[in-house]
Amino acid sequence: MLVKTLRYGALYLGFTAVLGIGYPLAMTGLGQTLFPEQATGSLIERDDGTVLGSALLGQSFTRPEYFHGRPSYAGDGYDAASSGASNLGATSRTLVAAVTERTEAARAAAGSGAAAVPVDLVTGSGSGLDPHVSPEAARYQVSRVAAARGLPETAVHALVAKHVEGRTLGLLGEPRVNVLALNMALDALAGGAPPR
Amino acid sequence: MPMTDLVQLALFVVLIAALAPPLGRYMARVYQGERTLLSPLFAPVETAVCRLTGTRPDADQHWTAYAFAVLAFNLTGFLVLFAILRLQHLLPFNPQGLAPMNADLAFNTAVSFMTNTNWQAYSGEAALSYFSQMAGLTTQNFVSAGTGMAVAVAVIRGFVRRSGRGVGNFTVDLTRSVLYVLLPLAIVVTLILIWQGVPQNLMAYVPATTLEGGQQLIAQGPAASQIAIKQLGTNGGGFFGVNSAYPYENPTPLSNLVQVVSILIIPAAFCFLYGRMAKDNRQGRAIFAAMGVMFLVALGVTYGAERAGNDLIAALPVDQSAGNMEGKEVRFGVVNSALWAVTTTAASNGSVNAMHDSFTPVGGMVPMFLMQLGEIVFGGVGAGFYGMLLYVVLAVFLAGLMVGRTPEYLGKKIEAKEVKLGVLALLSIPLGVLVLGALSAVLPAGVASVQDAGPHGLSEILYAYSSATGNNGSAFAGFGAGTLYQNTMLGIAMLLGRFAIIVPMLAVAGSLVGKKVHAETAGTFPTHGPLFVGLLIGVIVIVGGLTFFPALALGPLAEHFAMTGGLAY
Repeated sequence: MLVKTLRYGALYLGFTAVLGIGYPLAMTGLGQTLFPEQATGSLIERDDGTVLGSALLGQSFTRPEYFHGRPSYAGDGYDAASSGASNLGATSRTLVAAVTERTEAARAAAGSGAAAVPVDLVTGSGSGLDPHVSPEAARYQVSRVAAARGLPETAVHALVAKHVEGRTLGLLGEPRVNVLALNMALDALAGGAPPR
Repeated sequence: MPMTDLVQLALFVVLIAALAPPLGRYMARVYQGERTLLSPLFAPVETAVCRLTGTRPDADQHWTAYAFAVLAFNLTGFLVLFAILRLQHLLPFNPQGLAPMNADLAFNTAVSFMTNTNWQAYSGEAALSYFSQMAGLTTQNFVSAGTGMAVAVAVIRGFVRRSGRGVGNFTVDLTRSVLYVLLPLAIVVTLILIWQGVPQNLMAYVPATTLEGGQQLIAQGPAASQIAIKQLGTNGGGFFGVNSAYPYENPTPLSNLVQVVSILIIPAAFCFLYGRMAKDNRQGRAIFAAMGVMFLVALGVTYGAERAGNDLIAALPVDQSAGNMEGKEVRFGVVNSALWAVTTTAASNGSVNAMHDSFTPVGGMVPMFLMQLGEIVFGGVGAGFYGMLLYVVLAVFLAGLMVGRTPEYLGKKIEAKEVKLGVLALLSIPLGVLVLGALSAVLPAGVASVQDAGPHGLSEILYAYSSATGNNGSAFAGFGAGTLYQNTMLGIAMLLGRFAIIVPMLAVAGSLVGKKVHAETAGTFPTHGPLFVGLLIGVIVIVGGLTFFPALALGPLAEHFAMTGGLAY
């Protein structure tokens, strides 16, 4: 009985060598060769070589001259080493209060008064790192961003329209706007650093 | 229902229906030892494995020997994983210098990955070194899936064999599952995922200075290789804390489609493998139909509830036309989140791309109910199928009672012994969900883990114990699972839900394998037509409904009526 069990132990260690070490390392080598950018996290670097972020991950934006992403529960907000969500149930008072507060803030900031706030702008994402907002949520912020930057709204609207990603193959997923990419384009449009 | 949503759901259904039959036929060839395309590559490895373990590949094991092999192999796997988690600070590939796991969390995690549950009471990027992720978890992702597949094939042999006393050889079945089925598919899926943006590296976490000048530490790691097998093996354990909601783990709608198809494809293929091994494809198709009908109903209910949104914020000036978006990602939207939630709980996978805790009450109840049925709507790789055969035994037995004949299935008499063993296996589910769940709802150490007030708090407990017992692994993640009490009790629930079903089902197989096959007569109840499919679904829903309806009424249903009545807690 013991000998048999030890044999299964040896089998397990053999599997560990092949599946737990060989397979992931082989995939790492292959991935780094075939798709080097993606395999290393789709990082965005500045001209001086410092890392600005990842094209796939959202960042925290709080200033009025930037488009804002979704409310985040990852660490203190958009902490990519501590992903998380609110996990509040639909009947949670905490949830309803948070959504109410965000809705008021979003409407006040937008200055457009009457329009209803797109739901993704006032609800926490699943990861706390959602890089996207819906096209409606981006458009909702245009007047605020344009005013803060002294740009004509039409120019900002045009930039948003350029950054709307449709469904993959016209079929999969939801239309969306990558907030970091949009804000980087906004900085480029304004000709360098934003007004502080 | 927007047309774009309908098209996405239909595409998923078509892909499964198109891919499962050929995969099932291929797998049947693999397990029956026939030559396949991959034989030249893997046959020598198989021989080496047999030599290493002193196995004669043609030596059929009696069901007791098979069960012993399952238990011994899993025990050693548990011990190795436990040791790795406790010693990760001394092992290589730990660029973040992460500390060892404490004992109860390591116990919970080792049980969780051994039982194919992948319940995670920790957050990957904050708690596990790359060595623990690879050598510890990726290995278990493969072999726990392989164990389920091997047991399913052994149980199937019990039903379909016309002679002999053995049910197969565990080492051979396990090795074939891993080499011929899981590994090749995992390599393909890994490469697609890397292409779509999932990281695969051994770098330290990258510090970034954000556009606004803030700091962001970006987690990295060999993620794609583990995510591929976590889906294919219905394991579900995320590389990162929030699993497939994390943009690195599931960056695009295409990666989402590949992953959600990966979850269901092997469990669905088992139906067709079964038809092939029974030499009667209609039998496999009947079971596929029963699973498919239940899946589609569950999908419709969850999708509808999530699409409708949260009544409690309907009065606010919020445009909820996108549905209930709390805990969901924009790139997936409500439709892909609902599809994933139903798929992952139908299939005992447990990975998530949205937070089930923040689903609407009814949207969250359906995944819970799918787990409570015992993960048999497709279910875990292998595990779903032998779980379904358990219900088949019950359905055939009830049909026999109704017409007053000794029930037969595939020509073999289903007698008291098989039914008793089946019921014994079935009882482990309410034992884990209701008894252990009830304990957690009354003991202070258990209640302390609850996050939300009101009926949703009970739902959190109920979901946790349904998930652990069903070996699912998804969570209402507000539930504070990482305590000594919950680590221990949920660990026990996972063991119950795994081995207290495996052993009796192997015993059923052992009892059936030697039985004489009777020729079909005019009095034989056909088990391949719509009547049987309806009966099977009826048995599943009634058994599940009677067992779990009272608990569901106090949790999600009560919460639903609170929500529609405008009541928050």
